[in-house]
Amino acid sequence: MSTQEVTGHGLRVDGLGRRKAVNRLMESLAWVAALIAIAILGVVVFSVARRGLPALNLDLLTKDPIPFSLTNQPQGLANAFVGTIVIVSLATLMALPVGILVAIYLNEFAPAPIRNGVTMILDILNGVPAIVIGIFVFGLFVVGHGQSGWAGAFALACLMLPLVSRSTMEILALVPNSLREASLGLGVARWRTTLSIVLPQSVGGILTGTVLAIARVAGETAPLLFVSSFVGTKTSWNPLHALQSVPVAIFELSESPDPADHARAWAAAFVLLMFILLASLGARWLATRNRRKMMGR
Amino acid sequence: MTSAELTADAARRPFTGRRVQWGDLILQVVAGGAALGVTVLVGLIIWKVVEGARLSIQTYGLGFIFRVAWNPVLGHELYGAGSFIFGTAVTSFFALLLAAPISMGIALYLTELAPAVIRGPVTALVETLAAIPSVVLGLWGILVLGPALRTTIQPWLHDGLGFIPLFGPPSSSGASIFTAIIILAIMILPIVSSISRELFLGVPSELKEGAYGLGVTRWEVVRGVMFPYASGGIAAALILGLGRALGEAIAVTQVIGGGVFIHWNLFSGGDTLASKIAASYQGSTTKLQTASLIYLGLILLVFSLIVNLLAQWIVRRSARKHGIVRGGHA
Repeated sequence: MSTQEVTGHGLRVDGLGRRKAVNRLMESLAWVAALIAIAILGVVVFSVARRGLPALNLDLLTKDPIPFSLTNQPQGLANAFVGTIVIVSLATLMALPVGILVAIYLNEFAPAPIRNGVTMILDILNGVPAIVIGIFVFGLFVVGHGQSGWAGAFALACLMLPLVSRSTMEILALVPNSLREASLGLGVARWRTTLSIVLPQSVGGILTGTVLAIARVAGETAPLLFVSSFVGTKTSWNPLHALQSVPVAIFELSESPDPADHARAWAAAFVLLMFILLASLGARWLATRNRRKMMGR
Repeated sequence: MTSAELTADAARRPFTGRRVQWGDLILQVVAGGAALGVTVLVGLIIWKVVEGARLSIQTYGLGFIFRVAWNPVLGHELYGAGSFIFGTAVTSFFALLLAAPISMGIALYLTELAPAVIRGPVTALVETLAAIPSVVLGLWGILVLGPALRTTIQPWLHDGLGFIPLFGPPSSSGASIFTAIIILAIMILPIVSSISRELFLGVPSELKEGAYGLGVTRWEVVRGVMFPYASGGIAAALILGLGRALGEAIAVTQVIGGGVFIHWNLFSGGDTLASKIAASYQGSTTKLQTASLIYLGLILLVFSLIVNLLAQWIVRRSARKHGIVRGGHA
């Protein structure tokens, strides 16, 4: 009995040392894991900046590319930047109102089973791979009609819709019910309560969600390959024709064997990355400010 | 206000009532129509993809799924998804294998170890990783990461562990399945770690404090209390990460090199379902080839639907187990 106790005791002391060592090992591994993630971000951003910045100049934003250029004429990707602005703006105009309406319906009107069902469908839509959205829009609009900026905008809108809806739903759920009840109690109709009491309370949150959705789709290449990629080299603002876009241009230039093309790809990637990082950080800042405002109320 | 005015006011009320109801009705119909539209949209996606693939489905049937072939030469046309499904499975599996422990480590660091001052900034940085567009990550993968791997880690693994078929001779270009795995792992990392972080934050502190009170170490609390409590959610997070890896087209197309064969050498080229579709967007010459590409898209769509529904089901089941409804995927 006593010997057992001693060995037991001895084992425990031994075990404690080992357990502490295991704990230390695991803690340092977690530390290393966090370091890996930050290092990857640093290396990618640094690589893009180091190669993109030297190639970055005003010509990139203002001059069109020159096909098969043998001379060293200055050329840029103006057509891609203009195309991305047109396509992403149209996509936002399509997705934003529909996304907000869906969220209003689900949060303010729908009975629980419908709300759960449609929320599930939004999650499914969010999980459809971007390239499949491209195939879908190809079959819907491009077959028989040809590529267009509209088709590209619709494809991006399909990706934005669930993002806008889900973030709007989350923010609508944060609006205190006492506000709705106070308004309804004063005899204000439900639709007016929704549009002039609930919605204005959520504007900040909706804006955050929209900026994040724009940042997400501005860098999407896959859905545009099939619906807006066979383009000329002239800048065009007309969405009835296929428009070039920054991600598609980077994709095509990255497959090229010419180092000059790579340089332009890096420069465009740098501009795109900076836009997306600033938009994400801006949205994050908006969100914290907004949350503080709502808490303070 | 006189009583006559009050009566008049009361008499008017049904009218205002009715007018107000019209407003309610309009908003409900418009907003409900939008919600119906989303449902129709998902149905339309499935229908259009099936319709686009019909010619190939009729020609090859289900045999398409397992056949290893992609021959667009006119007169000898033969298509199959076998090698692409294999490529998708291999890249997604190894990317998940690589990303899962690192994501767990990040989530644990952010919830348990990080000093309060750097917790916020590090969380923001990890989530910023998710914001990098795949085409930029692919550009970096093909021009920086691929060549670097080919001259460092790949020969090193090949020399040391070359007897394992996974570590064969490196390809000449640097484009390889291995590069694709690393790029996919980078994409999965922020998704899995941010969901896991929220799960770990949701572990009731009574449970953790109870365990600490028994004198166990921090790792033992993590292993014995936090992992079991969050296991369902972690599984769902990993499955969502898998869904991301399955569907990624652009970055994989840029770095994987291409090819229609089944082999176990990670350092050689291949293709996934998504990367094959993205790589062939310009080259399709016949209707059968286009339909076959869309058939690949249909298989991808089915995979992603299964993965998505599975994750939702797990989340719902574990929420019921803990008697709570979590935000996000309730």
